[in-house]
Amino acid sequence: MNTPLLEIENLRVSFPTHKGAIDVVRGVSFTLGRERLGIVGESGSGKSMTGRAILKLIRAPGTIRADTFRFDGIDLLSQSERAMRNIRGARISMVMQDPKFSLNPVMTVGEQIAEALQTHQRLPRRETRQRVLAMLDAVRIDDPERVASLYPHEISGGMGQRVMIAMMLIPEPDLLIADEPTSALDVSVQAQVLDIIDEQVKRKGMGLIFISHDLNLVSSYCDRILVMNTGKIVEECKAGELRNAVHPYTRGLIAAIPRLDETRDELPVLDRSAWVAQ
Amino acid sequence: MIALSLTDLDISYGETQITHGISLDIAEGESFALVGESGSGKSTVLKAIAGLAPQWTGSMTAFGQPRSHGIDQHFARHCQMVFQDPYGSLHPRKTVDAILSEPLAIHGIGNQNGRVEDILMAVGLDRKFRFRYPHQLSGGQRQRVAIARALMLEPKLLLLDEPTSALDVSVQAEILNLLKRLRREQNLTFLMVTHNLPVVSFLCDRLAVMRHGRIVEIADVTELKRGALKQTYSRELMDISVAHAG
Repeated sequence: MNTPLLEIENLRVSFPTHKGAIDVVRGVSFTLGRERLGIVGESGSGKSMTGRAILKLIRAPGTIRADTFRFDGIDLLSQSERAMRNIRGARISMVMQDPKFSLNPVMTVGEQIAEALQTHQRLPRRETRQRVLAMLDAVRIDDPERVASLYPHEISGGMGQRVMIAMMLIPEPDLLIADEPTSALDVSVQAQVLDIIDEQVKRKGMGLIFISHDLNLVSSYCDRILVMNTGKIVEECKAGELRNAVHPYTRGLIAAIPRLDETRDELPVLDRSAWVAQ
Repeated sequence: MIALSLTDLDISYGETQITHGISLDIAEGESFALVGESGSGKSTVLKAIAGLAPQWTGSMTAFGQPRSHGIDQHFARHCQMVFQDPYGSLHPRKTVDAILSEPLAIHGIGNQNGRVEDILMAVGLDRKFRFRYPHQLSGGQRQRVAIARALMLEPKLLLLDEPTSALDVSVQAEILNLLKRLRREQNLTFLMVTHNLPVVSFLCDRLAVMRHGRIVEIADVTELKRGALKQTYSRELMDISVAHAG
């Protein structure tokens, strides 16, 4: 790997409550090159907050602190909101979970993708349109002309997610953060969408952060995996070596997944005795 | 005894016919899965059985009694449904207690207090959750409430519409264990819709693969475990599942 795209050291995200501040991300450190990194954990593990913190999308009163927080040599913490707007989308972009809630319902698909491009580049209208159609084609949408003129409610979930990906990739960012990009989709479409992300990331040599609760999915699409629990990284390993994970939390997560050739009578669960009645 | 029998079921939404000649027999105590992609009509079959898609032709029989097209109180006593999304299926302004008491009130069943306490215990929720609202619970806890609500009338047949797809893998394991235990304890029959084949392996005895509103194949779960499904489409689904298991 060449120079790291992202250097994060001791990242903390906290939210004030009436009982004092609660840290939802507690001292996360990692570096990212032009590679595919997976962040895995349950709900509440802080994985999405880590992703959002990279774009400084933590809303007040939440705060972000870190010892080092650099993207491509730029110190993100000292950037103004105005400067961040030039980074978001153009340099780092994020694919959200659910296309139903992330697309603008009153704009056509084509207009929305064009808007993502025009925000960062001034181009003649005809060229913009060509770029939009080429992008839709790149995310394997069959009839780009027709789809570009449709509204989000007229397309399926899988197609919606591909439109989101097109929108995020059209300004040609260096880093793509995908936060559970396929959890609203069903298995057969899931694979397609992930293949598209994978193909685009490889072709353009981008960095990818893939956030998901699904260990299997992450291990088949990433090079390296971070496992998070209660705001901390508990384990880091190569994707291929996930089977040899040592941390009990990671092992617990792996064991909890049913298998196709399942013979166990009961699935092992993580200890949550605090709230489950005995 | 046959718990549920569907014969030549054609379900439509308005002009569009969704399923074509669905025929199934599920034995009492059996756990049966309907699998397929979105749009294959698998959830529609469940909805029709539950009475949420009343535009159907053919016949449905549960425990020897034919089901009518309208609201059927008698049928509801035997057959209840658990929905996919525990964030959407619980009334946001009713407490857990109110949610669980409602089916009892509708059917005029007494001893509400005792029954609610028993059911909370059965689904592994502490008593302190009884007077909370859904937004105060986690996804897994909510799905436990949804399962508890379905069990309030002591039904014999449970319709499960992707009961764990909105949950994390670790919480999914808890809910799957719970369903398995409840089935054993109360001798329930399950009809589950899912696109997750490993879940079928864990929880079900037989499965039907659906595509474009038709049943492509009915197989025993041992065949699924051995990877010996016969139809090409079923094998495709299986391959996707295997590829994802890494």
